[in-house]
Amino acid sequence: MSTSDKYIDAFVEAFELEDRKEAEVLEYQSIENWDSVGHMTLISELEDAFDISMETDDIVEFSSFLVGKEILKKYDIAV
Amino acid sequence: MNANDEKKQVIIRNIEYLLTSSPYAENDTAASDLFSDTISELFSYHLKSSELYRNIIQGLSGSQITTTPETLADLPFLPVNLFKELDLKSSPTDQIVKTMTSSGTSGQVSKIYLDKDTARYQGKVLNSIVSSFIGNKRIPLLVIDSEKTVKDRNYFSARTAAIQGFSLFGKKPAFALNDDFTLNEAVVRDFFEQYSSGPYFVFGFTALVYFNFLHILKERNLSFKSNQGTLIHGGGWKKLQDQAVSNEQFKAFTQDTTGIQKVHNYYGMVEQTGSIFFECEEGHLHCSKYSDVYIRRADFSLCEPGEAGLIQVLSLLPLSYPGFNLLTEDMGEITSMDNCPCGRSGKTFKVHGRAKRAAIRGCSDVQY
Repeated sequence: MSTSDKYIDAFVEAFELEDRKEAEVLEYQSIENWDSVGHMTLISELEDAFDISMETDDIVEFSSFLVGKEILKKYDIAV
Repeated sequence: MNANDEKKQVIIRNIEYLLTSSPYAENDTAASDLFSDTISELFSYHLKSSELYRNIIQGLSGSQITTTPETLADLPFLPVNLFKELDLKSSPTDQIVKTMTSSGTSGQVSKIYLDKDTARYQGKVLNSIVSSFIGNKRIPLLVIDSEKTVKDRNYFSARTAAIQGFSLFGKKPAFALNDDFTLNEAVVRDFFEQYSSGPYFVFGFTALVYFNFLHILKERNLSFKSNQGTLIHGGGWKKLQDQAVSNEQFKAFTQDTTGIQKVHNYYGMVEQTGSIFFECEEGHLHCSKYSDVYIRRADFSLCEPGEAGLIQVLSLLPLSYPGFNLLTEDMGEITSMDNCPCGRSGKTFKVHGRAKRAAIRGCSDVQY
């Protein structure tokens, strides 16, 4: 599976999305499921998928699908 | 963008600026000036954004509202109880993404309305404060609560908010309590077996940690010997006070049963989530760059350091509701103005516990 697919999968799993295309426009609190509870679920999904351990600063900065891509670069993951 | 939106952006920029350095910068007069400026901005922002708030302040201040008083202590403050009685918000309803409620025992609950920005900066500031004590690497976390407390999205209580907030520092949190709040011994044993040799942390509300965890461990003759952990707890001493348990006794009990030597209490409330007052190694609760505290006598004049009175709390974070300057129902005293032996700057204080009902009634009479 491509890195990009894995990245989208994490959003689909964490927020129970019906359509993969929805993921790309998401922002923190833009849908009901991406609240503080959903946020930690998403981070766990990403950490499992890429086998990384994110720093807390990056977790609080992770405010959208797009910003997340930038943050993952720090962990040598190019989405 | 109208003038008031611009004001909000200025407040956010100031918070962003403070976030670029330690939450307890030493002798940072620039940071304390920025704090005062931002509180004044918040005051005029909320006056413009919430008619209800404006009316209350008008009632308190008489005809003329001064938005630029000589000192911050002169700004009018709201009794924290008001959030139980009124729907106070400063953001349009369609921007509210979360309503937090207090887990009050009196029946009435506070309702705190959060917009995206407020929720976001609560998380960022909490991270800045807590990671300055325990680091920004995520470590194993044992939550002294039941998982159901965080699972129900429709009931977002102060406990839910706190557990969610602190989950940031823990990987795959384990929950020590069953749904009926009895101890899940298997989870606890597993946790200590797996993780007690490295850094880990334990988080919970003070009363749950004491009665549902430490006490039960002792009753069942279970003890762990691991000094690698940190215990963080908050949420009030009321129930422990009734049993006359002091902070020192709490720490000694924690060490006896778990081996944990690093214990930090924090003082915070749902009305000012994020900018919590964290207890340092010396046992003092610290104001950060995002918060301040005043102690007031029954006539609302300011107490001297060391003199007990009602605690007033200020926070830079409440944007979507006017909760930046509140008089609590707790008694406390200032323990140092800027010279805590731990080396962190800022005021420190001690919380004595809930004020007697009569004292609060006294305030309300004058305030309304």
